[in-house]
Amino acid sequence: MKHTLVALVEDKPGVLNRVASLFRRRAFNIESLTVGHTHTPGISRMTIVIDSTQTNAERVTANLYKLINVIQVDDLAEMPSVSRDLAIIKVSANVANRGELIQLVDVFRARIVDVGSESLIVEITGVEEKIDGFVDVLRPFGIIEMVRTGIVAMARGSDPYPNLPSNGNGSVAVKELATLVDLV
Amino acid sequence: MKGTGAQILWESLVREGVDTVFGFPGGAVLPIYDALLEYPIHHVLVRHEQGATHMADGYARASGRVGVALATSGPGATNMVTGIATAMMDSSPIVCITGQVSSPFIGYDAFQETDVTGITLPITKHNYLVTDVKDLGRVIREAFYIARTGRPGPVLIDIAKDAQQASMEWEPDVSPIQLPGYRPPQEPLSADLELALNLIHAARRPVILAGHGVLVSGGVNQLREFAEKTRTPVAVTLLGIGALPASHPLYLGMMGMHGEAWVNYAIQEADLLLAFGMRFDDRVTGNLQDFAPEARKIQIDIDPSEINKNVSVDLALIGDLAETLDQILPHVEACDHGEWNEHIDEMKSESSQRDIQNMPDYGRLYAPHVVHDLWKYTHGESLVVTDVGQNQMWTAQYYKHEKPYHLITSGGLGTMGFALPAAIGAKFARPEAQVWAVAGDGGFQMTQAELSTAAQEGIKVNVAILNNGYLGMVRQWQEFFYDRRYSSTPLHSPDFLKIAEAHGLTGLRVTRRDEVESAIRQAEETEGTVVVEFRVEAEESVYPMVPTGAALDAMIRRPLPSHLTIE
Repeated sequence: MKHTLVALVEDKPGVLNRVASLFRRRAFNIESLTVGHTHTPGISRMTIVIDSTQTNAERVTANLYKLINVIQVDDLAEMPSVSRDLAIIKVSANVANRGELIQLVDVFRARIVDVGSESLIVEITGVEEKIDGFVDVLRPFGIIEMVRTGIVAMARGSDPYPNLPSNGNGSVAVKELATLVDLV
Repeated sequence: MKGTGAQILWESLVREGVDTVFGFPGGAVLPIYDALLEYPIHHVLVRHEQGATHMADGYARASGRVGVALATSGPGATNMVTGIATAMMDSSPIVCITGQVSSPFIGYDAFQETDVTGITLPITKHNYLVTDVKDLGRVIREAFYIARTGRPGPVLIDIAKDAQQASMEWEPDVSPIQLPGYRPPQEPLSADLELALNLIHAARRPVILAGHGVLVSGGVNQLREFAEKTRTPVAVTLLGIGALPASHPLYLGMMGMHGEAWVNYAIQEADLLLAFGMRFDDRVTGNLQDFAPEARKIQIDIDPSEINKNVSVDLALIGDLAETLDQILPHVEACDHGEWNEHIDEMKSESSQRDIQNMPDYGRLYAPHVVHDLWKYTHGESLVVTDVGQNQMWTAQYYKHEKPYHLITSGGLGTMGFALPAAIGAKFARPEAQVWAVAGDGGFQMTQAELSTAAQEGIKVNVAILNNGYLGMVRQWQEFFYDRRYSSTPLHSPDFLKIAEAHGLTGLRVTRRDEVESAIRQAEETEGTVVVEFRVEAEESVYPMVPTGAALDAMIRRPLPSHLTIE
């Protein structure tokens, strides 16, 4: 199962290196990692996707919190959220199949951003699965080059910090109260 | 006031309460060393930067204050790596200051340039590169704050030479430190406390596992009160030694790979483990699948990343151990656990037959007997600093500490060469203490050069070298698991008496057990550092031993006395 973690970090030199170094050192597998600005000067936002069958999301969160420059970490698997990936794809196109390609682009609500004599560049935004599907249908035409941003994501609702830990460097899951009381 | 970066550094260190710095000068720290002459800080000139970090570490562990080490760029900084990693693994608060080439040269492979913040990233709690003098005062305050709060650890500050030289108008900052991402845990949730109490009151066979966190949090009294009120026996980790006096009726001893047999049996039979400031290191648990199979587990730790890392626990309380116990204690009901404690006592008496202390020595000098005698003739009150290997395990087993903060040892990293420099650092922190460094012949030679530092400083530590002519612990593994094929473990040593004498120090040699007491007394009475070489039995092993990957109760036990007779 995929877990999307959102980390707010101080925008200081070397912070990306600290996060990357942590993942390498603890042998955490990451599927994608993106970094960008937030609306608050001095704070950057990382979206980190991990495969939680291989890497325990709670361990990742707890270790991220140990980095002094990491301000907050949220696991979006625990809340409703919106996620988007963006891809730019250069695909072979000639006079004969260009029409068919344009139809596919319309179906996927993608956009043609450049037209060459033997190729097109298409831009598409959406959830990861939608882009995967689009790439699959483009493959038979011949993909020349492709770039994907990796996922960026945001929790739904108006509270910007739904999970801000008031008690320590992160929250740790403990077994449910009811089951333990039963055991006692 | 107007000051250079170097002056701001020393001024800030004085304000942090630093009285001693362990270091070694070089090109990239010349401005710092020049400014040092104006400040009331004692600088200890080490012989190798690794020694400086271990001294700072020993100083920190002996005093609870932040230890400070100073080195130049490049090789000076890389030599610190082992000491920083040692401090990181054992949560020891040190601040390491390194010089860096001037900022315009950074990234151009300048002479003695190395990316020390990159190198030390995974082995520091945090690190800084300062290229602008304006950041220096703030960075030093943050570094000390981070090193000594929460779960303590090493912080490195790399200061570019031009930042040391630049001048600015500067006033010491007294405003609260702004670190939005650094929020050490405060107090546990009350619902969890209630749950903990339910588990504690329901237990029939509880064991407390007391770790370094008991000592770091200052929770010794709380631990004792908790144990006495609930009549819960206390096992300790290597770094938890001293958390409860060894003579206390509820004290079990050390657990783990070389833990006492009854301790490991008790853990395996327990129905509740109370992990107090310990992190279930693999040397403590043995095989994880078989670890304490019948026990519910409550872990109290200040570091959330330690929860469910090696051992899944039923309940975790995140917080300072002493404060957490303060919250629990008023609600704890008195328990008895009479049967359980009697059962453990029975296991203890079975084990005592296999204890080498209860066996004759046949006129030979056994290292465990030497450590026992050291304990006896120092009344168990010395500040003992060990090296790593057999000497360390025998000290853990047979130097029965009555007081907390009297054992300093490299637990997590297992750094050979730690004892002598850490002992020197500890002596600077606690000059009134009688300090004994216990090392093997192998580890001692790794940092032997620091004898020169001790001599130059005129500082007194007593060094016990348990010389068995082998890299003993590796030899033991080769004996047990590699069919006695002693590959590269036999070790020739110099004449340690002459080594001591060459440094203008006193050297003593002991070859028989009846000489041990007088040598210990003579060492303590002699002025200056004394090196005592004990020529001990070569192929003596540490028992019991849990082989790697085996369950905690699958120990290799010491053969019974009949096997000990002379062939």
